[in-house]
Amino acid sequence: MLLKITNLHASIKGKEILKGINLVVNKGEVHAIMGPNGTGKSTLASVIAGRDVFDVTEGEVLYNAKNLLTLSVEERAREGIFLGFQYPVEIPGVSITNFMRTAVNEIRKYRGLDPMGAGEFLKMMEEKKKLVEITSNLTNRSVNEGFSGGEKKRNEIFQMAMLEPTLAILDETDSGLDIDALRVVANGVNKLRTSENGFVVITHYQRLLDYIIPDFVHVLFEGRIVKSGGKELAMELEEKGYDWIKQQL
Amino acid sequence: MGSDSNNIIDAYTSGEYKYGFHTDIETEYAPIGLNEDTVRYISAQKNEPAFLLEYRLKAYRHWLTMKMPTWPHLEIPPIDYQGIIYYAAPKKKKELSSLDEVDPELLETFNKLGISLEEQKKLSGVAVDAVIDSVSVKTTFSETLAKHGIIFCSFSEAVKNHPDLVKQYMGSVVPYTDNFFAALNSAVFSDGSFCFIPKGVRCPVELSTYFRINAANTGQFERTLILAEEGSYVSYMEGCTAPQRDKNQLHAAVVEIVAMKDAQVKYSTVQNWYPGDKNGKGGIYNFVTKRGICKGSNSKISWTQVETGSAITWKYPSCILLGDNSVGEFYSVAVTNNYQQADTGTKMLHLGRNTKSTIISKGISAGRSNNSYRGLVRISKNAVNSRNYSQCDSLLLGDKCGAHTFPYIQTENKSSIVEHEATTSKISEDQLFYCQQRGIDTESAVGLIVNGYAKEVLKQLPMEFAVEAQKLLSISLEGSVG
Repeated sequence: MLLKITNLHASIKGKEILKGINLVVNKGEVHAIMGPNGTGKSTLASVIAGRDVFDVTEGEVLYNAKNLLTLSVEERAREGIFLGFQYPVEIPGVSITNFMRTAVNEIRKYRGLDPMGAGEFLKMMEEKKKLVEITSNLTNRSVNEGFSGGEKKRNEIFQMAMLEPTLAILDETDSGLDIDALRVVANGVNKLRTSENGFVVITHYQRLLDYIIPDFVHVLFEGRIVKSGGKELAMELEEKGYDWIKQQL
Repeated sequence: MGSDSNNIIDAYTSGEYKYGFHTDIETEYAPIGLNEDTVRYISAQKNEPAFLLEYRLKAYRHWLTMKMPTWPHLEIPPIDYQGIIYYAAPKKKKELSSLDEVDPELLETFNKLGISLEEQKKLSGVAVDAVIDSVSVKTTFSETLAKHGIIFCSFSEAVKNHPDLVKQYMGSVVPYTDNFFAALNSAVFSDGSFCFIPKGVRCPVELSTYFRINAANTGQFERTLILAEEGSYVSYMEGCTAPQRDKNQLHAAVVEIVAMKDAQVKYSTVQNWYPGDKNGKGGIYNFVTKRGICKGSNSKISWTQVETGSAITWKYPSCILLGDNSVGEFYSVAVTNNYQQADTGTKMLHLGRNTKSTIISKGISAGRSNNSYRGLVRISKNAVNSRNYSQCDSLLLGDKCGAHTFPYIQTENKSSIVEHEATTSKISEDQLFYCQQRGIDTESAVGLIVNGYAKEVLKQLPMEFAVEAQKLLSISLEGSVG
C-alpha cells in the first residue's frame, strides 16, 4: 500500500475544507479525482504535499506505512512525493537546470547517495527531455519565467520525470492546455507509469482521462469522496454532469 | 538557523581573543585621538616625503571644518573621533601550527564558502604552507607583472618608489575636500594599494589584493590608486568572501581610478566585514569613497560590488565620464540582514559627449535591516547624445525590513536619454513551497531565489569571485526566512 488516507479533516483559517477523506492508493495504480470547483481537490493535493497554511484537524495519512503528517514538505518530497502544480510559480534568474540539479542532489543526499556529477546529470536531463518531448531551450530558461501555460505544465511533467517520484499528484495539470500540450502531458504520465509507483490525477474534466486511463475514479464533493468507481464513472460524469451527483446526495 | 550563522560569525570574531591572536606582540601605536601631532606621527612613522605630510595636514585642517553627513538614510551612533587610535604599526599575529587548532565552526564557514585549504590556513592565521607563501609564487606573479611594466604594490611602497605618480594623481579624483570621510582618510590613511598599467598593456592576470604582500594588515583607513594608461586594461579584485573582522569599528577608505584614452578598468569588490550580531551589537562602520574618472575618450570604468557585511555601509562608487564616448558601469548587490544598514549606490557624472552609463542595483533586505539605493545621474550641457539606463530592484525577506530608493536625475541637454526602472518584490510563500516540494529545504531555496535575483550582477564578477559570492549570499541570509 502506497498511500492510505483515513478520515482526513483539514481546514484553512478555521474553515473546514476536507471533511473526512478516505482513500487508498496502491503501487501501480492511477487514481483520478474529479469534482466541481471549490470542493477541496487542490486542498487535498496541498495537504498531502504538506503545505502549512492548512491545518489537519483529524485523521491519518500513511505513506509507505510512515506517518506522513509529521514530515516537512521537503522530507515528503525526498521520500518520493511529487506535486504537479496547478499554477507553477516563476523563479526569476534560476535556470531549470540549476533548479533540478539542486533538487536531485538534495534528494540524493537524503537517501544517502553522493551528488550527481555534472556530466551524469546533463545526460539524465537529455534522456528525460526526450522522454517527455521537451525542446532543449526550455531547460536553459529561468524556472517558469515567461512560460506559456502549456510550457509551465510541460515543465512540471519534465520535473516529475527527473525526480522519479513514487507517488505523483497532478493538480489540474490539464487545465488551460490545448490538445497537443494535453497529449504531451498525458504521454509523459503514461511513460512514467510503472508497477512501482502510483498517480493521483486531479482533474475537472473527463478530457484528460481519454489519454490517461485511470484504474479508479473518485468524485470529491464538499470535502468528501462521495462516489468511487472505475474509469466508466468518468464517462458517466461527463454525460450527466456534476448535478447528477448532487441529486444523488 | 539564524543563531547558527550568527554563532559562526561570533565564533570567528571572538576567535581573535579565544585563540590568542591578540597576544602581546610588540606593537607601536599612535597616541589616542586625532590632532596635528597624530598626523605628523603617522607621516613620520612611514618616512613620508614632505608633500605627503603637507597633504595630510591640509586634509586634517579641512576635516576640522566639516561635519558628518546627515543626509544618508542611516542611523549612525555618535562616533568619538578622539577615542580612536589612528595608527598601529603592522603587528604580527600569533601563528597556529595547524588547522586542527582553529575553531571547527570557522572552518565550517570556510567550507561552505568553498575556500581552499591553503586559503583557509592563511585566513585563520595558521602558519602558511610553503606552497602559497613560498617566495616562488609571489615572485612568479611579480615577474609576470614586471615583464609587462605593471606596478602593483602597497601604497607606502608607491610613495617611496613612485612619488611623482602619487603626487600627480592622489586626490585628483577624490580631493580631500570631497566629503567628511574622504578628508579624514586623507589625513590619517595608513596604507593601501597602488596599481599602474602602462600604455597599451592588457594586464594578463586579475589583480587581487590577496596576492599583494602585506595585504592582511591594510588597516582601517585604506587608500587605493589605480592608474590605467592609454589603451590599457586591468581587472582588479578587492576583498575576500571569508568573514573579516577588524577590531577597528570605523573604516573609511578612499579608492581613486584614472582611465586614460581607450583604457578599461574593471573593479570588483566583495565586502564581508563583520556585520554585528543578530541584535545589532557591534559590527563595522564602512564609510567608503570610491570614484573613477574616465579621463580619455572611449575609456571605461566598471564597478561591481557584492556588499554583505558591515553594520553600516555608506558607499557610492562613482564615475566621472569626462572623455567623449566614455562608459561607466555600476553593478551592485547589497544584502542587509538583522540590524544592518546600507545606503549605497552610485554617481554617474556625464561631462563628455556620447557618454554612456549603466546602473544595475539589487538590494536584498532581511531581518530588521534597512537597505537604500541612492544614485545620481547628471548629464551636463555638453554631454550631448548621452545615455543612462538604471535599474534598481529591491527584494524583501520578511516584513520588518525596509527597502528605499533615492534616484536623482539631472539632465541639462535635450539630446540625451535617461531611463530609470525600479521594482520591489518579496520572496513569496508560493516560491518557497514550490522549491520545498522539489526536495529543497528553506535555506537552500532562499539561496537559489536570491542568487537568481542577483544573477545580472553576479555574472559581472570574475570567475574567482563569482562562485564564492553566490555561496556568500546564501550564507548571509541564513535563518532570515521561516
